[in-house]
Amino acid sequence: MMKDITLGQYYPVDSPIHSLDPRTKLMGTMVYIISLFIADNLACYLLGIVFLAVVIRLSRVPLSYITRGLKPIAALLLISVLFNLFLTNGEPLYWQWKFLKITGTGLRQAFYMGLRLILLIMGSSLMTFTTTPTSLTDGLEKGLRFLNTFHVPVHEVAMMMSIALRFIPILTEETDKIQKAQMARGADFENRNIIARAKAMIPLLVPLFISAWRRATDLAMAMEARCYHGGSGRTKMFPLEYKQADRIGYGILAGYLIALCLLRFLL
Amino acid sequence: MGIVKTAKLVYEYARRDEDNHVIETVRAVDRVDLDIQEGEFVAILGRNGSGKSTMAKQLNALLCPTEGTVWIGGMDTTEEKYLWDVRQTAGMVFQNPDNQIIATVVEEDVGFGPENMGIPPKEIWERVDESLQAVGMTAYRKMSPNHLSGGQKQRVAIAGVMAMKPRCIILDEPTAMLDPNGRKEVIRTIRELNREEGITVLLITHYMEETVDADRIVVMDQGHVEMTGTPREIFSQVERLKALKLDVPQVTELAYECKREGLNIPDGILTVQELVDALCQ
Repeated sequence: MMKDITLGQYYPVDSPIHSLDPRTKLMGTMVYIISLFIADNLACYLLGIVFLAVVIRLSRVPLSYITRGLKPIAALLLISVLFNLFLTNGEPLYWQWKFLKITGTGLRQAFYMGLRLILLIMGSSLMTFTTTPTSLTDGLEKGLRFLNTFHVPVHEVAMMMSIALRFIPILTEETDKIQKAQMARGADFENRNIIARAKAMIPLLVPLFISAWRRATDLAMAMEARCYHGGSGRTKMFPLEYKQADRIGYGILAGYLIALCLLRFLL
Repeated sequence: MGIVKTAKLVYEYARRDEDNHVIETVRAVDRVDLDIQEGEFVAILGRNGSGKSTMAKQLNALLCPTEGTVWIGGMDTTEEKYLWDVRQTAGMVFQNPDNQIIATVVEEDVGFGPENMGIPPKEIWERVDESLQAVGMTAYRKMSPNHLSGGQKQRVAIAGVMAMKPRCIILDEPTAMLDPNGRKEVIRTIRELNREEGITVLLITHYMEETVDADRIVVMDQGHVEMTGTPREIFSQVERLKALKLDVPQVTELAYECKREGLNIPDGILTVQELVDALCQ
C-alpha cells in the first residue's frame, strides 16, 4: 500500500476539475477556506454548500470518498461543537447547570462551527483527490515563485517535497526490514508498556537514519552527475500554462466570492 | 586524443581520526594513464579498494584530481566553465538503482537530466521517448520506479543518462546489487548501446563474465593500472590475475586447469563454445 503513496489519495478520473491547472485549484481552495470564515448567516452557508456540491459533482469523485476524510477529525469536530454549544453566553437562555448553559447564540454558533469545519475539510480534501502530489508540487513551485524576491528557496523546497514522495515508500520498506531483522534477534516491538515500546524504537531509528543519510549522499551525487544545479536555467517537462478552463475557473471563483460577500454584508 | 584521456592522474584523500587530525593520506588513484577512443567498450576490473570507483568519479568531475589531468572530449575537468559540458559528455550510472532515481514516475525521471540542461519541453519529450526505446523500457514509462525490478530500475537509470545525449557512459558497478537475470538484462542493454548507438562505454565491475565482450580490459590494483589488453590477452594470464585476487571466467578457469593437466588447449579461452571447439579438435 505504501508503494502507492506517490499517488496520495488521488482519485484517477478524467474531469474538468482534474484537468485544471494546479495553481487554479490551490487558489480555489484558499478562496473557499477564506469564504467560509467570512460567512456568518444561513444564506452564506447555503451558497457555500451549493458551490462545493457543484464542484464535487463536476470532479466526479464519489461523495463517500470525500466524507471518509471526515472520520479522523470526528473527535475534534465533536469537541468544538460541544464547547460552542455549552459555553457560549448569549440570549435567550434555554437551560443552565452550573457553568454549562445552552443559549440561542450558542446553538447557532455550534451549528455554524460544525458546518464550517465539515465544509473546510471536504473542500480542501477535494483538491488532493483531484491533483497528483507531483503536479501539486509543481503548482506550489510556480505559484509561489514570487517569494523568491524575499529569498525563500521555493524551487529547493518543491524539489525536497518531490524527493520525499519518492523515498517515503523506500524508507518504509526499509523500516519494516530492520524491524523484522531485530525481531528475529529478540527485540520486542509489541510490548504493552508504552515506555518499553518507545525504547525499542531507538535501535530501529538509528540504523534507519544512517541508511537515509547514506541514500541522501548517493542521491545528491547522482543528481549532480545529471547536471542538477538548482532551479535556475531549468526547464520543465510539463510547463504549467493557464488554459481557457482556468480563466473560467478564476471567473467563477471571483463570482462566488463576490456573491458571498454581498450576502454577508447586505443581509 | 580519445574521448576520455587521463595523464598521470593521482587522487589522494586524507584519513582523519576522531579529533579531525590527519592520520595518513591515502593514494586511491596512482599515476593512471588512460586513453579511450570514441566508440570503444572498455572494462575496468579490480578488487574492492583498487581505486576503480574513485577513478570513475574523476571522469565525471565529481572529484577533481590531486595531480595530473583528465580530459573528457578534450575538456579539462578542473575548469569550472566546462563542468556541465563534461557531465553531459560523460554520463554516469551508479551502483544502487534506488538511490539514483529522482522522480516518482519513470518518464519524469528520464527527463530529469534534460530538464537540468534547460532543453525546451518538446525536445525533452522526444529525448525521453528515444531513450526509453533504446533501453527497452517504453512499456513501463508511466509506472512508479518502486514497482520495477532491480534490472529494470538500472535500465531506467541508463535511459536517464542517455536522454542527456552523452558521447560516453561510465557505469560504476551497475550490476553489483542485481540478481543474475537483472545483470544479464543490464549488460545486454549496455552492449546494444555501444554497438548500435556508438556510445563509448566504460564499465567498472568485478564480475569477469561481463568483460569478455569488451574491446579492452584495464586491470587496476592499489590505485594503478596493473594490466591492459584485450580480454583474450588478459584472461590468458590466469596466474597473474589470481595474484591480484581476481577470478577469471569459469570457462577460462576450466580450460586453464585442463591445460595444466596436460591437455593441448590454447590460452585465453573465453566462451564455452571456444572450449568445446578446442577440445574436439
